[in-house]
Amino acid sequence: MQSPRGEAPPRAAIEARGLVKTYPAPGKTRVSALDGLTLSVPRGTIFALVGPNGAGKTTTVKILTTLATPDAGTAAIDGIDVIAAPARARRVIGVVGQRSGADPAATGRENLILQGHLYGMATKTAKARADELLDRFLLTEAAGRFVRTYSGGMQRRLDVALGLVHQPRVLFLDEPTTGLDPESRTAMWDEITSLATADQVTILLTTHYLDEADKLASQVAIVDKGRVVAEGDPQVLKRELGAESLDDVYLHYAGRRYSDATRLTEVAR
Amino acid sequence: MTTMDLPVRQRPASVPPVISDTWYLTGRKLRALARQPMLLAMGIIQPVIWLFLFGEMFRRIIDIPGFGYQGSYLAYLIPGIVAMNAMSGNMWAGMTMIEEIDRGTLNRFLVTPASRLAIMNASVVEQAVSTTIQTLIIVGLGYAGGARYPGGAAGIVMLVVASIEVGVFWGALSNLTGMLVRVREAIIGVYTFFMLPLMFLSSAFIQPGFLPGWMQAIASRNPLNWEVQIGRSALSAAPDWSAIGVRTGGLAILALIAVAISVRTFRNYAKNV
Repeated sequence: MQSPRGEAPPRAAIEARGLVKTYPAPGKTRVSALDGLTLSVPRGTIFALVGPNGAGKTTTVKILTTLATPDAGTAAIDGIDVIAAPARARRVIGVVGQRSGADPAATGRENLILQGHLYGMATKTAKARADELLDRFLLTEAAGRFVRTYSGGMQRRLDVALGLVHQPRVLFLDEPTTGLDPESRTAMWDEITSLATADQVTILLTTHYLDEADKLASQVAIVDKGRVVAEGDPQVLKRELGAESLDDVYLHYAGRRYSDATRLTEVAR
Repeated sequence: MTTMDLPVRQRPASVPPVISDTWYLTGRKLRALARQPMLLAMGIIQPVIWLFLFGEMFRRIIDIPGFGYQGSYLAYLIPGIVAMNAMSGNMWAGMTMIEEIDRGTLNRFLVTPASRLAIMNASVVEQAVSTTIQTLIIVGLGYAGGARYPGGAAGIVMLVVASIEVGVFWGALSNLTGMLVRVREAIIGVYTFFMLPLMFLSSAFIQPGFLPGWMQAIASRNPLNWEVQIGRSALSAAPDWSAIGVRTGGLAILALIAVAISVRTFRNYAKNV
């Protein structure tokens, strides 16, 4: 927790301890989504959460972004307790969800201006910020078009722009490149890297693509059955197991038989 | 980075965030509405078909001794058709809600500091605006078809107010169903279950005195019927203002309760999406 005396803020940008989350299941005991998940993301780094469907990645992101409350455990963003002070936490986080949150019936520019307004910007500031982001994400030409006419890559760029309107210190990207063509995917990787290096934004991303985690992240956490089963620098993780790629590391820690996989898809939702 | 980089609310302190957030979020909805005016027009097609088919088919009904209505049957039908439209038009609110949950738009708003109340307010204001426009179109079409409104502007205003109350009530109920069940069919189910019974258990089509006793008993407690009574009295040459006031107040209370429950449900929803 941040001290009121203006002492240096905590080193970790994201700190989650012992997160437990269960969901009601029809006719039986509650299904466990998180079972004591703990993670710590150093400031200014890119941190990747990987794991099979239903492992608890999205639930973790939901808790850290104030969209869900854990049954037990603590979570803090930049020292702000997200459970006790969600309103304060919302000011420092940016979130790009799995699904595009952009309004398809509005233009890209309108989406961005509204987002600025919701963060309390005056119209003039919101417009200037929208134009800046449209330029940065190569959407200036499409700014006046309805979002429903955008290609998948354009929509994803707009989603990221929407998450950055208020210059967040911590950015959450839930499966940022799922469904993108290879070219858009590479462009998104470059953008994510530059956000972390040039803009000093701490990034937590979830992904199914291990090459993506390997390429982008300085820290990877493999999540399985609601817990972090392995965590560290991807290079170190590989070396420890003498693995060729992160896929082997992943299979070592989170590999499972088919029967397990079907059970987990039930947990997923 | 220091806390200095934190964006601050730059709006004047005199405007509370809930008001400005409501303003901006309502703007989003009304812009979408203005871009697709055909949707508003299409919404009233069915009620208007009822208006003119029933109006023609049962034109002579007002000649029945004891019917006691000064004016055409078309004019008699107007308040009921307005109520029908206010109900059916706003029953779709929950569909939009489900769509925005599925698309992730709602989550995008929920991770911002935007007022939760404002998100629901935007929906209520949009319902009020679209219901007002549709009510005025029905009144206009009725006039073109020969209906006359001796109550004049004041009567039409009261009809609009009552239709907004009905619309907001059903809009909130629809949002509630959407949030709780998250299934489009459930909303259609609620609509089809209530629509015709509520219409026929009222004085929308015929004077209450002609209804069997049990139907009269239900009709007097049917909020949709209150709207019909408000509209019919307000549009007549001699409105009964005290009865109009009581029923308008009753509808306002119902609408407020429905909105309050839906806001509460929404707050709970937002804590665990």
